[in-house]
Amino acid sequence: MSRVTLLALQVLVAIVCIALWQFFSTVPVFGKVLLPPFFFSNPVDVFSQIVKWFASGVIWKHLAITLWESILAFVIGSVGGVLIGFWFARQPLVAAVFDPYVKMANALPRVVLAPIFALWLGLGIWSKVALGVTLVFFIVFFNVYQGVKEVSRTVLDNGRMLGMSEGQLMRHVYWPSALSWMFSSLHTSVGFAVVGAVVGEYLGSAAGLGYLIQQAEGVFDVAGVFAGMFVLSAFVILIDVGVTLVERRLLVWRPTVEGRG
Amino acid sequence: MTTPMAVALEDAKVAFRLGDGRVYTAVEKAHLTVAQGEFVAIVGPTGCGKSTLLNVAAGLLKPAAGSARIFDRPLAGLNRDAGYLFQADALFPWKTALDNVAIGLEIKGTPRAEALPLAQKWLTSVGLGAFAGRYPHMLSGGQRKRVALAQVLIRDPKILLMDEPFGPLDAQTRQVMGNLLLDLWNADRKAVLFVTHDLEEAIALADRVVIMSAGPSSRIIGDWRVTLPRPRDIFEVRMDKEFHALHREIWSVLKDEVMKGYAQSAQAEAV
Repeated sequence: MSRVTLLALQVLVAIVCIALWQFFSTVPVFGKVLLPPFFFSNPVDVFSQIVKWFASGVIWKHLAITLWESILAFVIGSVGGVLIGFWFARQPLVAAVFDPYVKMANALPRVVLAPIFALWLGLGIWSKVALGVTLVFFIVFFNVYQGVKEVSRTVLDNGRMLGMSEGQLMRHVYWPSALSWMFSSLHTSVGFAVVGAVVGEYLGSAAGLGYLIQQAEGVFDVAGVFAGMFVLSAFVILIDVGVTLVERRLLVWRPTVEGRG
Repeated sequence: MTTPMAVALEDAKVAFRLGDGRVYTAVEKAHLTVAQGEFVAIVGPTGCGKSTLLNVAAGLLKPAAGSARIFDRPLAGLNRDAGYLFQADALFPWKTALDNVAIGLEIKGTPRAEALPLAQKWLTSVGLGAFAGRYPHMLSGGQRKRVALAQVLIRDPKILLMDEPFGPLDAQTRQVMGNLLLDLWNADRKAVLFVTHDLEEAIALADRVVIMSAGPSSRIIGDWRVTLPRPRDIFEVRMDKEFHALHREIWSVLKDEVMKGYAQSAQAEAV
C-alpha cells in the first residue's frame, strides 16, 4: 500500500468518527439524541474550545508546565535508574539484598503516592516530577540492569583479551550495552514521564494540562475535558516523534527489528 | 634450545565443577608446545576440549594441575602476549568497523588521531578499506571475521590464538579467509595456535597438526609435522600428493576418536 493511500485511510477514520459523533450528538434519531451533549459535548464545541485556548494563549502556560515537569521527571528518573541499575548489576550482593524491596516498590500503584508527594512537596511542580520519577526510574533501572547483565560473554572476553582494564570495559562494553537497552525503552519511559506529570496535576495543582482537564470536569464542562484530552494526545504524539528522531540518531548501529523498507 | 617456546603447556589438566557437585575433567595431562614462528593446529572431535586448551593458553581458564608457560614465564592471569580470535562474533556492535579495529590500539593509550589511520590501513589489508563506516550488523559473516582479524593483528601480538575462527563461515569463504590468514601470517610469522575440527583446513594451514582424543578426559594422541612448502595456497595445496598421504594417515587415527565422540554424545542423549 502506498503512503498516500495509507494516509488517506487514516484521515478517513478520523473524519468518519468525528462525523458520527457530530451527527449523534446533534440530530435526534427516533426522537432521541443518542449522545446527549451534556455527557458527550460535540466536535464543534470541542474544536472551538481548543481554538479559544490557543487564540487567547492560555494553553501555552499549561503546556509549558506539563512539558517542564515531564522533562524533569524523565531526566531525574533516568539518571537515577542508570546509576542504580549499573551499581546493582556490578554488585550482585547489593542486588540480592535489595531485590524484594525493589519488587515491592515497583508493584505499588504509583497513584497512591500522589497524595504523599503533594504533602511532602506541595502543590507546585515538584510533587508531579516526583510522581513521574517513580514511574521512569523503574523502567530505566530494569533495562540498564538487564543491559549490563546480558553483555555477550564473547564480547566481554574479547575486550579482556584486547587488554581492556575494568574502567575501559565499563566505558567500551558495559556502558554502551546498558545505554542501548535504555534507549530501546525510551518511548515507554518518556510516555510515563508525561503520565506522571498529568496524573499529578489532575490530583492537585494550579497549572498544567491535567489541571485544565480537572478544572473543566469540576464545572461539568465536557467540551473542555475533551479539548484537554485532544491537546494532550497531540502533545504526546509530538514528543514521541521527537523521541523517534533521537533514537534513530543514537541507535544507528542496531539492526532494525521491524523489516520496514 | 636457547629460544624459549612461545607457548608450553605441561601436563595441563582442566576440570570443571558441574552443577550437581561432580567434577568433569575436560582435558587430562596435555603436553603441548608452540615454538616461536610456528603454526600449530589442534584437531579433535566435537567436545574434546580443544577450545578449553586454547583458553588455558589465553589465561581465560586456569589449569587444575600442570602449568602453562608463555615465553618461559609462568602464565598468571590473562596472556598479555596473545591475540585471541573467537569463534562467535566478538566485535563491539556499537562501534563501526574502523572504531572496532582502532580500539585495539586505543586501549594501549595510542591517541585516537594516530590510531585511526593505522586502523584504516589494517582494514585495507584485510580487504575492507571501503567498509570503514559500517557497523558489524551491516557486514557479512566473512567480513566480520576480517574486521576481527584486523582488530587482533593491529596490536601486533606475539602469539595468535584462534578458536575455530572460520567455523561459522561457508566453505568458499573459509578458504578465502585461510589464504588471507596465511598471507598476513607470512609477513611476520607469529606463533599460532589454531583450533579446528576440519582436518583439511588444519593440514593446509599449519606446520604441525595435533590430534586430541574424544572427551571427557581427552588427551593429545598424535602430533604430525606438515612439510608442505610455503608459501602455500589453500586451493592448490589440497591437490598435492603429500597432502593426501598425510590426510589419510592422520584421518586413520582421528576417525576412531570421531566415532567414539559420536557414540558418547548419542549415549548421553539416550540417557
